[in-house]
Amino acid sequence: MPEPAPIDAVDRAIIDRLQGGFPICERPYAEVAGWLGIDEAELLERLGRLLATRVLTRFGPMFQVERMGGAFVLAAMAVPESDWLRVRAIVDSLPEVAHNYRRESDRNSAFNMWFVLATESAAGIAAAIGRIEERSGLPVFAFPKLREYFVEMKLAVRT
Amino acid sequence: MSQPLDDIDRRLVLATQGGLPLVARPYHQLAEQLGVSPAELMARLQRMLGNGIIRRIGAVPNHYAIGYTANGMSVWDVPDEVIDELGNRVGELDFVTHCYHRPRRLPEWPYNLFAMVHGGSRDEVLRQVAEIARLLGPACRAHDVLFSTEILKKTGLRIGG
Repeated sequence: MPEPAPIDAVDRAIIDRLQGGFPICERPYAEVAGWLGIDEAELLERLGRLLATRVLTRFGPMFQVERMGGAFVLAAMAVPESDWLRVRAIVDSLPEVAHNYRRESDRNSAFNMWFVLATESAAGIAAAIGRIEERSGLPVFAFPKLREYFVEMKLAVRT
Repeated sequence: MSQPLDDIDRRLVLATQGGLPLVARPYHQLAEQLGVSPAELMARLQRMLGNGIIRRIGAVPNHYAIGYTANGMSVWDVPDEVIDELGNRVGELDFVTHCYHRPRRLPEWPYNLFAMVHGGSRDEVLRQVAEIARLLGPACRAHDVLFSTEILKKTGLRIGG
């Protein structure tokens, strides 16, 4: 992965303070800038730069697709190395696949491709899985969440 | 538990899923774009925050850029009778960013508790995993940790127009 862009102490404070709780009011950036002791124009300029340099991947509302009638499901496949590129192309090509990661087990799990399916209806998940299985000839294992345990957004900036 | 969006909510999701406008009055700009008053637009956002359609409004850092270069999906086989109590305790650990109860897929997959762990190195992640193992104690029957070695695709959630 490429080296991340350098960030300074003000950037760090912005990222730590803004992982949630952005206000809904007429001048929200001015309000947040006040918390941080900078002015509105500087906050806007810095947010623009942090997004452009990919230090931030997003800034805005985070939607829960399940609460909108949609579905969000983790799924995995055990893909033989010799077949990796072909299967990866199939999985990545589906618009329903929001993320796809290669993962390596510390023990001996054969599941090495892990992806998230996001669809606007629960039926869309089964259809997407069906398409991947049909095109790849390999089984897809779905891991829908049965329960989510509360975690805070709390990764402090460490660079 | 879900509630279908009305047309304005839906257009609001479409207009903001890529991000909030970086202008002094972002909600006023969105209101104008959607043809509603700023007060109505802000009330809708507040309602969506209240009912969980919006989880939060804020920044999503690139973990790698803020110093978390290793991430591991730790997975645990614990008895179903105690998983909620244990899952809540694992979720309280400050290096755990997501924690879920998911189904086992026997015989290939015996694990039912998933906890995503972020650290500065693979060794640090393994130490954090060892801390989870200590917390779970004898309730843990087996575990594994899967390190991400390559991001193959990351577009995030997008609903269609």
